Amino acid sequence: MGHFVIFACTDPQTLSGLSWLTCYLTTGKHLAFYGAFGTVLLLLAVTAPAAMAFGFGGAMAARSRILPLSWLGRGYIAIVRGVPDIAFFLFFVIALDQGIEYLRHKIKCPDWDEPLRQGSDFIVCQAAKMPLGNSPQWIHEAYGFSLAVLTFAIVFGAFSANVLYGAMRAVPHAQLETAEAYGMSPRQTFWRVLVPQMWVYALPGLGNLWMVLIKATPLLFLLGVEDIVYWARELGGAKTPRFTDFPHPDWRMWYFLALLVFYLCFTRVSEIVLDRIMRRLTRGQATAGGEAQRKALT
Amino acid sequence: MSCWETVQAYGLRSLGIGERLLPRNDFTLCEQFTLIGSGMIWNVYFGLFALVSGFVLATALAVAKANPNPWLRKPAEWFIFIFRGSPLFIQFFFGYFLFLSLKSVHPFFDAFTSAWLGALVVLFFNTSAYSAEIFYGALHSIPKGDTEAADAYGMSGWPRFKRVIWPTMLRLAWPAYTNEAIFLFHATTLVFFTGFPALQQRGDALYYASYFADKTFNPFVPYPILAMYFIMLTLVIIGVFGLINRRLNKHLPQNQIRKIRLRPNLIR
Repeated sequence: MGHFVIFACTDPQTLSGLSWLTCYLTTGKHLAFYGAFGTVLLLLAVTAPAAMAFGFGGAMAARSRILPLSWLGRGYIAIVRGVPDIAFFLFFVIALDQGIEYLRHKIKCPDWDEPLRQGSDFIVCQAAKMPLGNSPQWIHEAYGFSLAVLTFAIVFGAFSANVLYGAMRAVPHAQLETAEAYGMSPRQTFWRVLVPQMWVYALPGLGNLWMVLIKATPLLFLLGVEDIVYWARELGGAKTPRFTDFPHPDWRMWYFLALLVFYLCFTRVSEIVLDRIMRRLTRGQATAGGEAQRKALT
Repeated sequence: MSCWETVQAYGLRSLGIGERLLPRNDFTLCEQFTLIGSGMIWNVYFGLFALVSGFVLATALAVAKANPNPWLRKPAEWFIFIFRGSPLFIQFFFGYFLFLSLKSVHPFFDAFTSAWLGALVVLFFNTSAYSAEIFYGALHSIPKGDTEAADAYGMSGWPRFKRVIWPTMLRLAWPAYTNEAIFLFHATTLVFFTGFPALQQRGDALYYASYFADKTFNPFVPYPILAMYFIMLTLVIIGVFGLINRRLNKHLPQNQIRKIRLRPNLIR
């Protein structure tokens, strides 16, 4: 069958109707488009744990007893409020790039004496360029993608820090006092009592955040990654017979409709899964939800 | 050029008034402040009009969603699900290309392909859906005693809604609605990154900020300026909504008024 399709698709002018569409939807560029959905899922898979780690660190810092550390944590949480998120994305992607190059420059070329900023240019020595000018294409792409991931992690880390900080404070104080009465050190209390109990308080907020994160993935396009938005614009644009075997008018509307449906399905599935997890976590907890579950059972 | 001259030249640049060419090199701090501030006009325009018009549709949607009649409820539920369940970024793209296709069908849709109307329509639908969900939640938590009191006074239908249910709904929803308003103003920065053309470089604040960042390759100046403007805007929104909140809760004992907590969630 596969052989047949490849054979049939070599002469698209002769095709019509469904077979034309089949051939059209399996061109090399379309396969790259489908691959871009994988990029989105990969971004989510990498960013979610990274943002959680940033968030956990931020929340721990915010409730630290060392004052400067606490300020740092609170500042990190507070700074993303009040400013549009995409400004952060656009800012961090350049700022991180320049920060990394600056550090490498300081290490690799310590005896460089020209200023880094000359007019409108940011100039570092050749050895400090990131990625190196002579590295292969895939390294450039991987570097761009990791910058995007780091940017996402920083921004979403602040959101999740906010949620986790709230959850840590929501754990009933009596639990912590009991732990203290048993002679646990603050560190033991934190890891053995506070952290296991905070998840049920954190989950609604984290679930919300997951939805927000899904809906933020198309912003990858603004960070210069060839993602689904990029391909939808590319493939949907009007094509004349001179440039392609599959000419068609402007179909971008339909491509974006497909993306819209993709995101709707994705959020719906997430909603259902999160609902299940929430029900599982509430079981046996001393909260209103847990109480309701107990009553429903008896 | 002195700073005052720069303000005169670029203060209304985002509306196409003043100097035609944007500065190309040797950017001064004054130019960056002026142009980014000039772009804020668009952010305020989009946010304000979408908010006011969205408020009306949101109320209607919330009431429809709470209605037992499925012919009213289902469409409202779907509308809210579609606009809350997909990214605003994709909605802008889809809206733009939809209007572009409609334009070839009928000249009526010409205006919709430019940002001032097309993007406003998308934002209007989007904020309606988000606010409707907030209002719907509030409708559900109206104290039973309030509606019972209305019944006891013999109110029903429109007077009951206008004088009891609607004010109570607003009172309950107001803190969350304030956050929604803040999101909305932040979301307006997406407009010119999603296909809607910035004709003759008349863009919003982020458009100019990224223009400067691209030209100078230095993100550390324009983006903090943008952040400052937005923090100011956020404070103004909180102030105005706080005043309305006070008015809504005027009859309550002073210690019962729920304080508005700032909890922007960003990104939709």
